[in-house]
Amino acid sequence: MQEYFIIIISAVLINNIVLSQFLGICPFLGVSKKLSASLGMGAAVTFVLVLAGAITWAVQTYILNPFNIGYLQTVAFILVIAALVQFVEIVMKKYSPGLYKALGIYLPLITTNCAVLGVAILNIQKEFTLGKAVVYSLSNAIGFTLALVLMSGIRERLEDADIPESMQGIPIALVIAALMSMSFLGFTGLI
Amino acid sequence: MLVAVISLAAMGGIFGIILGISSKKFAVEIDPRVEALLNVMPGANCGACGQAGCAGFAESVVAGTIKANACAPGGKTLYEKIAEILGTEVSDYEERKVAQLLCQGGFGHAKMLYRYRGIPDCHAVLSAFKGPKACNYGCVRQGNCSRICPFGAIKMGADGLPVIDYYLCTGCNKCVLECPQSIIKLVGVSHLVNVRCINADKPKEAKAACSVACIKCRICEKNCPEDAVHVVPFRDGTVALIDYDKCTNCGICAAKCPTKAIDKISDLSEEVVIEMKEAVNSGCSKCEVCQ
Repeated sequence: MQEYFIIIISAVLINNIVLSQFLGICPFLGVSKKLSASLGMGAAVTFVLVLAGAITWAVQTYILNPFNIGYLQTVAFILVIAALVQFVEIVMKKYSPGLYKALGIYLPLITTNCAVLGVAILNIQKEFTLGKAVVYSLSNAIGFTLALVLMSGIRERLEDADIPESMQGIPIALVIAALMSMSFLGFTGLI
Repeated sequence: MLVAVISLAAMGGIFGIILGISSKKFAVEIDPRVEALLNVMPGANCGACGQAGCAGFAESVVAGTIKANACAPGGKTLYEKIAEILGTEVSDYEERKVAQLLCQGGFGHAKMLYRYRGIPDCHAVLSAFKGPKACNYGCVRQGNCSRICPFGAIKMGADGLPVIDYYLCTGCNKCVLECPQSIIKLVGVSHLVNVRCINADKPKEAKAACSVACIKCRICEKNCPEDAVHVVPFRDGTVALIDYDKCTNCGICAAKCPTKAIDKISDLSEEVVIEMKEAVNSGCSKCEVCQ
């Protein structure tokens, strides 16, 4: 039990996937303009990440390892992730067209979101069991959502701020990302 | 090697089957009217109607949140087709209107009396001896219209005069109300010929103040085959005015006008369609919706 707790704390706060490991920066900057859209993106990534974590673990254990074709890891994982994202897209289009429109191009881009592939590969590298792999994927997804929601909250407040013209938009977003990243360093030593 | 090929192919096959089934099961039903509308739309995806492309327009029209005449490239022909599909009345078609600037007195044309250095605001300029221009009717070039336009359709051009982007203009009338000189007028998009001067002074004074002023020579009046343009009383004097109900866009008056105060623009709706088709092919429709 304690092991799982450590995995959760370290993935959400200490080694936050966006702010400490710098994976998944594209949606972090792209979909963090509105709180509602960032929550939706977080939910979509969570769904894909957890399922991808479990399925890629199974693929690695039951297909790649027995047949000794570990060199196909990246190809096979991307295949799994791409299929999952497609699935999410189909379902979302049906049940939440508003969110589908809000996410726009970033939804299919989850396919190449390095956070998803990164976590899937980290699961294997850390030699997790299936349970730990799922928990690790879930807590990384929560970390991703947390970073995204915090960022969008700040950026929504920035709408009213008087920012110099040359710093508006992406420049100030990058400054904020850097400050957030530094503040998350404060969690080091929590465990 | 064979194992790698087979296992990857098997995975791909399984995922393909799952996706195939789910896409059938979760298929989104589209209103057949939206699809029918999409077939008759110009398909330029210009965004001039304020919607996200032609698909967005079709959806909004069916939902009733936008008027069917909001598509400028489509014009009346499209309106009739839409009315046919939706089963609504055709007769209430109202042409889209865009703002037209009735002054051509840019740098080099209009005579200046002094140099204005003050608050860059049209009202402020006019409070200083009715503005720096010798002509008291024309544009004072401080860009109030460009600032008030909510659609970014008015930009200040190189000659100091506002340039109206007919694709972005929605005919909201804000600039018309804002302009202290009242030289912006809403004109239907199918009317291409405009008298771009409202200087009512005597011919000699008008000519001295601006090289593109209306000098009331009545050459346009004599040459118009439709009897559409007349020099009419205006404020304290007279100025040429086109009756848009009679005008056929022949452009004879514009060609004959000795000071070029009458101006004919190229066919708008056709130009919009062509330009947008080219722009769409090159990847950007210049509609600036993305900004």
